[in-house]
Amino acid sequence: MISGWLVAALSTFYLAVLFAVARFGDARADAGKSIISANVYALSLAVYCTSWTFFGSVGRATSGGLSFLTIYIGPTLMLMCVGVILKMIRISKVYRITSIADFIASRYGKSQLLAGLVTVIAVIGVVPYIALQLKAVAASLNVLFQQSDHALLPWWLDSTLLIAAVLALFTILFGTRHLDATERHEGMVAAVAFESVVKLVAFIAVGLFVTYGMFGGLSDIFQRATESPELARLLQLDSSRAGTWTAMILLSGLAIIFLPRQFQIIVVENVDESHLKRAVWLFPLYLLLINVFVLPLALGGLLHFNGQGFNPDTFVLTLPLARGAESLALLAFIGGLSAATGMVIVETIALSTMVCNDLVMPFLLRSTWLKTEKQQDLSGLLIGIRRVAIVLILLLGYIYFRAAGEAYALVGIGLISFAAVAQFAPAMFGGMYWKQGTRAGAVSGLLAGFGIWLYTLLLPSFAKSGWIGSGFVEQGLFGIGLLKAQALFGLSGLDEISHCLWWSLFANIGCYVAVSLNSKPDAVEASQAERFVDIFRHAGRDADARLWRGNASVEALVGLLERFLGPLRARQQLAIYAQGRGAVDWHTLPADADFVHFAESELAGAIGSASARVMVASVAQEEDLGLDEVLDILDEATQVRAYSKELEVKQQALEVATAELRGANERLRELDSMKDDFISTVTHELRTPLTSIRALSEMLHEDPEMDLSDRKRFLGIIVNEAERLTRLINQILDMAKLESGRAEWTTSEVDVGNLVREAIDSLGQLFREKGVALESEIPATGPIVLADRDRLTQVMINLLSNAVKFVPGGSGRVHVRVGSDQKSVRVVVSDNGPGLTAEECNVIFEKFRQGGNTMTDKPQGTGLGLPISRQIVEFFGGNLWVESQPGAGAAFIFTVPLPAPEA
Amino acid sequence: MTKKILIVDDEPNIVISLEFLMKKEGFEIAVASDGEEALAKVASFNPDLILLDVMMPKKSGFEVCEALRADPARAGLLIVMLTAKGRDTEVAKGLAIGADAYVTKPFSTKDLAVKVKSMLGVN
Repeated sequence: MISGWLVAALSTFYLAVLFAVARFGDARADAGKSIISANVYALSLAVYCTSWTFFGSVGRATSGGLSFLTIYIGPTLMLMCVGVILKMIRISKVYRITSIADFIASRYGKSQLLAGLVTVIAVIGVVPYIALQLKAVAASLNVLFQQSDHALLPWWLDSTLLIAAVLALFTILFGTRHLDATERHEGMVAAVAFESVVKLVAFIAVGLFVTYGMFGGLSDIFQRATESPELARLLQLDSSRAGTWTAMILLSGLAIIFLPRQFQIIVVENVDESHLKRAVWLFPLYLLLINVFVLPLALGGLLHFNGQGFNPDTFVLTLPLARGAESLALLAFIGGLSAATGMVIVETIALSTMVCNDLVMPFLLRSTWLKTEKQQDLSGLLIGIRRVAIVLILLLGYIYFRAAGEAYALVGIGLISFAAVAQFAPAMFGGMYWKQGTRAGAVSGLLAGFGIWLYTLLLPSFAKSGWIGSGFVEQGLFGIGLLKAQALFGLSGLDEISHCLWWSLFANIGCYVAVSLNSKPDAVEASQAERFVDIFRHAGRDADARLWRGNASVEALVGLLERFLGPLRARQQLAIYAQGRGAVDWHTLPADADFVHFAESELAGAIGSASARVMVASVAQEEDLGLDEVLDILDEATQVRAYSKELEVKQQALEVATAELRGANERLRELDSMKDDFISTVTHELRTPLTSIRALSEMLHEDPEMDLSDRKRFLGIIVNEAERLTRLINQILDMAKLESGRAEWTTSEVDVGNLVREAIDSLGQLFREKGVALESEIPATGPIVLADRDRLTQVMINLLSNAVKFVPGGSGRVHVRVGSDQKSVRVVVSDNGPGLTAEECNVIFEKFRQGGNTMTDKPQGTGLGLPISRQIVEFFGGNLWVESQPGAGAAFIFTVPLPAPEA
Repeated sequence: MTKKILIVDDEPNIVISLEFLMKKEGFEIAVASDGEEALAKVASFNPDLILLDVMMPKKSGFEVCEALRADPARAGLLIVMLTAKGRDTEVAKGLAIGADAYVTKPFSTKDLAVKVKSMLGVN
């Protein structure tokens, strides 16, 4: 049996834990060690999942099948627009935006009117949603006690009011505990993240229990469901409802950022832009997890309570209770309570900030009372106003719950709120991306959209509850059929939400665009438009500072800060600011435009940008900058930007050109150094034989008495070296001719077999002298190619004399083979010499790079034979290469293409 | 006492001419045909002066020169670099790493003999 006291104690305990988490978060934030990590941020976004998700999704699934998913697809899609959300966050950070009302008001010239209007829409729009939370908690209590015999009537009588009161108290403790009225509440974010985990765990626990405890797993539930025609319908995607699906996805996509609590969590409470990257996938994952068991629970409930008339919105509780799993039911209750409290806390804090800054402050600021009490510290007053606002908002929620709550299922109520905040979309998106959007446009768009929402959605919800007459819904206003609230201008066939969304957004966007195009912004508006739209380009405060001109006194501004922030916090912020400007003491700072800007943005953090503007204007003698002047300054900034962009482009072009030039220079230098190396090598090669010739001939010349044997020996050397020199010079010239393309070629039909035989014959003497065996394998005639006979002979002789040079005397063997295929002749000269390493196989074709360079024996030759041979073979379209391995001999192979057969 | 000269060159014909030239001047001669052999001969033959070719297999004349100069026991050894590469940078490099003289090939036998004798203090 579940006793009322147990539930009360458990709830109190849970709220105490939540409160402790918040205290911890705040304490850490105060100590400068924020616990808001990317994960905490992503989890806190799940404040989107209220008790409506917790209880209502199941209810909606029992009637609409899979369509409950739209409420989660929309946010997932919206989060993918990271750029848009990031821009919103950046703008809010830079301009100390405190709420969505502040954002819109600030963009359209820090307009108090607009701030107030957005606040009113938000409060009216969101009150049903708060009512929904009360209703959910009340309903869940109801279910718990229906099951017990225990009557708690004395306080049960109006448990909803009690719940509202407890939540109000809790929210006050939570969100307005701090005396400094800044825009961020890290403790609250931490608690919300905690709360998100609790509700997820509770929901999944119930899901697992029902799916695997009461049924035989997912397949069992789905199989049983498909057997019933009624339930099978829920599992099908109904294409005729595609319009509704689209509307729902759009609606929820907008709600994820424009619901006051979502804007608070995503934008205002964001501590680090990079956290968004985590949230982009973690939050959709959370949504997926919390939705996995929705359909099983819905189907399970319908199957289990077949026709017993249980409210599907409470299946999460009634299913465990039906099996007597009371502690699981209590966990589910805590999960639902958790979802409700999370939502109520954040929503009311966001709304109370808006009400305080944008509705109450403007009145207070005009009142004479405030002006006479110049010295008073108003930070306490701000907190007080917020607390009262929290109580009033919850009270409104309670009243709505009483008035209309019974007419709707949970989901229906939530969607009414979604449609209301969707009205902010044109002014928000337009404000961020369209400089021409004006205040007049925003006001008229919001009014039109809100009016239609009121007429087609909110008032009909009252009418359904019998609170007001339903004539305007059934017959149309004044009996005009075209004005039927839920079939406006004859648009019928849509569900009420899609109908409202379609007309309200149509009117909203239409008015916003049309009026914006036909109105002129004033100076402040124009400059705010520029700053918001180009937020990523406005890096410095340059233009900001230049957009203010006038006289102010430091004392007056500091006085303002002290009044609204409290003296302590004001001093802190002043000290930080002074440090930033390199001053030791803020007293020495001039009251220049920059200081005014600082003071205004600090104030904006506490009382909103519109009120901050009014307060600053009240203590400073400001010169009004005309629209033209503002536009000039901004235009100048734009021009400077364009100019610097142009410079950047030019600089890039220059850098590219420089890099290209450097590359070309590098190549030239390489070529030059190659040429230099070549000349140096040629010089070396020529000087070496010359050295012997000169030295020996000088000695012969000076010493006529020299022995005849020495004389003969030296003369022999001189003759040899002179020959070597001649050969070298010839080959260098030959090489130079080949390389420069000035060589003369006489092309004729050449019988390759014949040519090779002749070459072998001419070198026969050399082979015999060294005792090297020369074998050949040559066809009797042909093959015939088109080539220069002498050149080809030169190649053959070069290869053969190389071979004989490198094979060992006596045991050396050289093999020559001539073959051909359809395309080319192939000549192979292989030997049983020392072979070549893979590296040497390439190197030997370079000029003056002789094989055997690393060996003790200095090889004979010029080091030009192979490069020349390769040039020749390549001239005829063939190839020359070597195949070899160290110790296994070498095979020099060249090919020459056969002439194409005559057609 | 007869001064000793080590001739290092990989061109046999240049070695022949240098050996003949220096023997005629009355020096005691040893020859080596690459860098490694040169270092071995320095140790065994203990020359007073070394005629060292630059472009050689295994170890270049520069490397041999550096190795010799790194050995304090050989501080008195005179090194004459011989090169067929006539670039100024080569001469500068040779002198920088501690050669006592630098002779470009082809050289005048008379001049080389005079230079070697004066370096060794022989008339």
